[in-house]
Amino acid sequence: MNTTRDDVVLEVRDLHTYFFNRRSTLKAVDGVTFSLRRGETLGLVGESGCGKSMTALSLLQLVPQPAARIVGGEILLDGDDLLHKTPREMRRIRGRHIAMILQDPQTSLNPVFTIGNQLMEAFAVHQRQPGRALRRLAEQVLQRVKVAAPARRLHDFPHQMSGGMKQRVVGAIAISGAPQVLIADEPTTALDVTIQLQYLKLLKEIQATTQMALLFITHDFGIVARMCDRVAVMYAGRIVEEGPVRQVFRHPAHPYTQALMASVPKMEEKVELLTAIEGQPPALDNLPPGCRFAPRCAYTEPRCTQQYPPDYTLATDHTASCWRLETL
Amino acid sequence: MARTHTLDVPVEAAPGRARKWIQILRRAPIIPLVIILLFVGTAVFADLLTSHSPTKVQLPKRLRPPAWTPKGDWTYTIGTDTLGRDLMTRIIYGARVSLVVVGLTLGLGGGLGLVLGLLAGYHGGRLDSFLMRAADITMAFPIILFAILLVAILGGGMFNVVVSIGVVLWARYARVIRGEVLSLMQRDFIARARVNGCSDWRIIAVHLFPNVLNTLMVLLSLQVGWLIIVESSLSFLGAGIPPPTPSWGSMIAEGRDYITRAWWVSLFPGLAIALTVLAFNLFGDWLRDTLDPRQRQV
Repeated sequence: MNTTRDDVVLEVRDLHTYFFNRRSTLKAVDGVTFSLRRGETLGLVGESGCGKSMTALSLLQLVPQPAARIVGGEILLDGDDLLHKTPREMRRIRGRHIAMILQDPQTSLNPVFTIGNQLMEAFAVHQRQPGRALRRLAEQVLQRVKVAAPARRLHDFPHQMSGGMKQRVVGAIAISGAPQVLIADEPTTALDVTIQLQYLKLLKEIQATTQMALLFITHDFGIVARMCDRVAVMYAGRIVEEGPVRQVFRHPAHPYTQALMASVPKMEEKVELLTAIEGQPPALDNLPPGCRFAPRCAYTEPRCTQQYPPDYTLATDHTASCWRLETL
Repeated sequence: MARTHTLDVPVEAAPGRARKWIQILRRAPIIPLVIILLFVGTAVFADLLTSHSPTKVQLPKRLRPPAWTPKGDWTYTIGTDTLGRDLMTRIIYGARVSLVVVGLTLGLGGGLGLVLGLLAGYHGGRLDSFLMRAADITMAFPIILFAILLVAILGGGMFNVVVSIGVVLWARYARVIRGEVLSLMQRDFIARARVNGCSDWRIIAVHLFPNVLNTLMVLLSLQVGWLIIVESSLSFLGAGIPPPTPSWGSMIAEGRDYITRAWWVSLFPGLAIALTVLAFNLFGDWLRDTLDPRQRQV
């Protein structure tokens, strides 16, 4: 893969998204930095509530208002800071430059319209065109996501389709604007394993032809290994380790990544009890001053609880933030 | 959920004769439908159905009894009123007045409620709080009292009656629609529409509105009967449609003083109100059961 600096489509720098309520401030995303290159797939992994989805919604500036707010950072799309855009400009970016596939296909489609209508709407939002042309576009895009007999399927209502089929339609809507960046927020969680595989293959194929960058949010390391070029591990609102998938899988540097890897059951060994990470992730409104993982970490030193460790570069593109890496 | 009849659990005491009939009517909305169609038909074709004038006073012919009584006369099928006008004609024209008032108030109240409910549910936050508190305040007013107050200030007439009922009516619709919108907003297709770059306006009009249409229809149909009563009550109290325009409520009021001598003057408009309201309520119940199965137990 070509990895020159110029290929960067999306660059996120020190992004902070907080939830405010009367008593406290929840730091859902607290200083996230990453970049996405053309045609590349970045996996964003982490346990539930670590801020993966909020990061994605922040990119589109669709965080649940007024409770949540993006309080700082930069989101550069082709070098253009999205945080300085007006709501109107943002709306033109959504779907056309950055699109997103949501988790649950069952509720992602409007139950009162046929999928043809919804596909045509997706096109109509971005460009004014006569109905006939829209219908043809809808048919073409359905063909691209490999729905059989697309012309006939256009007249179906969402409840007449299977979950996998619906998620394909949702995918079709997402790629209708030919986006440069596609965010997929656990798109296969609601699907069964066979359909999952088909869907992932399909996404890869579409990516290969369009060269769009894919931000893949998941908690499944199997999917990461299969889909992603690079992986970023998130813990309590921050990325703790980032690097090429192979490198991170072979030599996980951060204790959290190591613990995660250890907890994945292996095919070749017989296991009685799966390894678990002791304790709970910290409450987001009461984060420890130092490393967030320190209370659960096996290698905690005094300074871990006082100061957040900086990023250490271990190999090309492989960074992790842990004090233990200082000595390397 | 449909009620299943099991042998060991008698849910209610054996229904009386009247109850049984109501049960049958409930299941088959044909009779209510016929009455409703009759009501709408007479309202629309009032001019064709009768040769008498609804407003022309003929004092010599006042208080003629219905045709089938000893002193009756088939020119005036159900008699004449206190000013000698044909009662049947006035009831027919009264249907028109009721229909127009109900239609306009539902249009105004329902439309206002729909729009404000959608806005409150979609935008949430301060706008939502403001609109819902306004709805609470509006609903705290007894509707008849409020309408009398408004009519007293603005003066009578169809337009003022419609406005005064409409400005109270919106609150119920707004509340229910807002609730519905709040639950729809949790679903991913709204998020997907937004991710896809739809404008707020488009999400409300294209994605939310068709999804609340069912609820709106049920709500509207259930309130038609009630609105007919409200309009009649206002007219009965003299705060509604001013004479000589025939309105069922004011016709009952006119006959009040003659009830011992000429019972028909009050009875027939009263019957008209009762039948129409019953028909609309039964129809509304049926519509709710068909369109909105969730509320069936309520």
